[in-house]
Amino acid sequence: MATTPAKKSVSKKASVSEDAARANRERPTEPKPYKATKEELLKFYRDMLLIRRFEEKAGQLYGLGLIGGFCHLYIGQEAVAIGLQSALTPGKDSVITGYRDHGHMLAYGIDPNLIMAELTGRAAGISRGKGGSMHMFSTEHKFYGGHGIVGAQVSLGAGLAFGHKYSNDGGVCLAYFGDGASNQGQVYESFNMAELWKLPIIFVIENNQYAMGTSVNRASSEDQLYRRGESFRIPGIQVDGMDILAVRGAAEVALDWVRSGKGPVLLEMKTYRYRGHSMSDPAKYRSRDEVQSVRDNSDPIEGCKAYLADLGVGEDELKAIEKEIRKIVNESADFAEASPEPDLSELYTDVLVEQY
Amino acid sequence: MSEPATKTMNMIEAINSALDVMLAKDPEVVIMGEDVGYFGGVFRATAGLQKKHGKTRVFDTPISECGIIGVGVGMAAYGLRPVPEIQFADYIYPGLDQLVSEAARMRYRSANDFICPMTVRSPFGGGIFGGQTHSQSPESLFTHVCGIKTVIPATPYDAKGLLIAAIEDNDPVVFFEPKRIYNGPFSGYYDRPVEPWSKHDGSAVPEGYYRIDLGKAAVVREGEAVTVLTYGTMVHVVKAVVAEYGIDAEIIDLRTLLPLDIETIEASVKKTGRCMVVHEATRTSGFGAELAAQVQERCFYHLEAPIERVTGFDTPYPHSLEWAYFPGPVRLARAFDKIMKD
Repeated sequence: MATTPAKKSVSKKASVSEDAARANRERPTEPKPYKATKEELLKFYRDMLLIRRFEEKAGQLYGLGLIGGFCHLYIGQEAVAIGLQSALTPGKDSVITGYRDHGHMLAYGIDPNLIMAELTGRAAGISRGKGGSMHMFSTEHKFYGGHGIVGAQVSLGAGLAFGHKYSNDGGVCLAYFGDGASNQGQVYESFNMAELWKLPIIFVIENNQYAMGTSVNRASSEDQLYRRGESFRIPGIQVDGMDILAVRGAAEVALDWVRSGKGPVLLEMKTYRYRGHSMSDPAKYRSRDEVQSVRDNSDPIEGCKAYLADLGVGEDELKAIEKEIRKIVNESADFAEASPEPDLSELYTDVLVEQY
Repeated sequence: MSEPATKTMNMIEAINSALDVMLAKDPEVVIMGEDVGYFGGVFRATAGLQKKHGKTRVFDTPISECGIIGVGVGMAAYGLRPVPEIQFADYIYPGLDQLVSEAARMRYRSANDFICPMTVRSPFGGGIFGGQTHSQSPESLFTHVCGIKTVIPATPYDAKGLLIAAIEDNDPVVFFEPKRIYNGPFSGYYDRPVEPWSKHDGSAVPEGYYRIDLGKAAVVREGEAVTVLTYGTMVHVVKAVVAEYGIDAEIIDLRTLLPLDIETIEASVKKTGRCMVVHEATRTSGFGAELAAQVQERCFYHLEAPIERVTGFDTPYPHSLEWAYFPGPVRLARAFDKIMKD
């Protein structure tokens, strides 16, 4: 059985220095927990809560039949998207991800209304309803999707990073993939090219412990996934992905490394999804106790709450945030439901540059 | 000799039964794929098989489609009979190189020294709101590659018999399972209640071993007015539309696309004088184009109307507008109108 990410011990166990001794080359510095101001922490809390409540609403709409097909919720993994993407600049730095993409979009400030409308297949959706949950994009934010094929986005990420370097725009690419995708061959082809060409890319493995129903140690011969780039000379760092400050701290180190032209870096985020792989997954491959234990001991939002309490933020302030978020999420659902399905004429649009 | 015991099975159960029978019968058969072992497959096609036959016979792989198929080719060349599952046909493309350049060429390039008796199972087709990466029908990519057989069943009975024949076949087989009809034959009338397999003749499945030879089509409805060539989910859609409008159509379920049972097709078209081809896959360079070509080569002087094609549109599979995209009853009825008037 996969081990659940323990709140504090995980990032300590990941020893960067041990790899450094072996590799005999420059390494990124050991990440430190980010020192967030009260305002920053409140924003982290708010943004994580937006993902959580949005996903809960998506789950409800799925249950009501308003979302059809495939729908993969991000609940439990919020600290990863917020911790990393809060350090990026939307519109300058690019982000690309797999099918579990709602959280990464929200973390980049993309309008929840457009996302919910896409999930429900409406004309107002960000891909006009034709993409659905797994296939969403925003050029304005440099968010490059939303990809339904496991691991395929990683090579695209290397291409995006090449674009950043080629045009010298100062941006970096953040390419997310899961522990399952980390076994796809093209990931390693991309690693090699990214390091060979010193591309500005942060490879992020969101290790939520399960590739659908297969736990990471049943599918991966090297289950310490942060080491997966080492044979390509890509330094890897393992991070407690349930701790917002640990994630943001790692983002700082990774960005320093990548922005200074030293090539790619690999972050393994130890995280956990509370829900099934998709809405149709009964999740019988793990125990309720396991899930409950993570919820009780490592929840990223509860963890952030505790940090806020240390800074003297009271329940009232958090309740006001909760209220605001619920309003945004409810509005997104209302917006989606009120929007019509795409017109039949949309069937043949956007296949090639010409309409045919 | 008494009739073998049959059981009512849906398509998943029939496929599971075929795999179970072959695992018991032939120690060279191994099953592998993403989540097929411990979890029993996302569609439950391999449920219980690992427990019954052990982890060396039925096992999970990482999410590595190129590797799964490549390793399968090696196993098959060695002498095993691997039955890898690719979880969705839409995921098969990373393994395409291994299928096209290795599996399909093994016999030819080794001058018959080595063969590749591998059966790649994969759910395909739409009707489940899967959008562009969980709904595709890529069968004509495979029929275009010489050296691979392509099989698509439309009933539980056929699924089991054909899968057993595919596993026993000494060439590589791509076995596409129409996932929309795993749990019941789909009429295409998406707003009507779903019918279970138990009400369909094709759900009476012998519990033990039997095979349906590859390359043999099935005439699922005899008729005089028009021949309809189809396969997979669309067999049931065509049947429903024909019943709805009282059309005296002869419906042929191809079952095996390659090798193609052209004799059965030819005899039928020569009898009816009209031919319609129906598939979910996109139109241009779809398998329908091949069927139309072969039919006109053999039956040109018997045809009373141009061959009609009812297919998916030439676009990616949309998430929304699924029923506008799906070549359902409305488009079929229009095509029948046209072909009967001509």
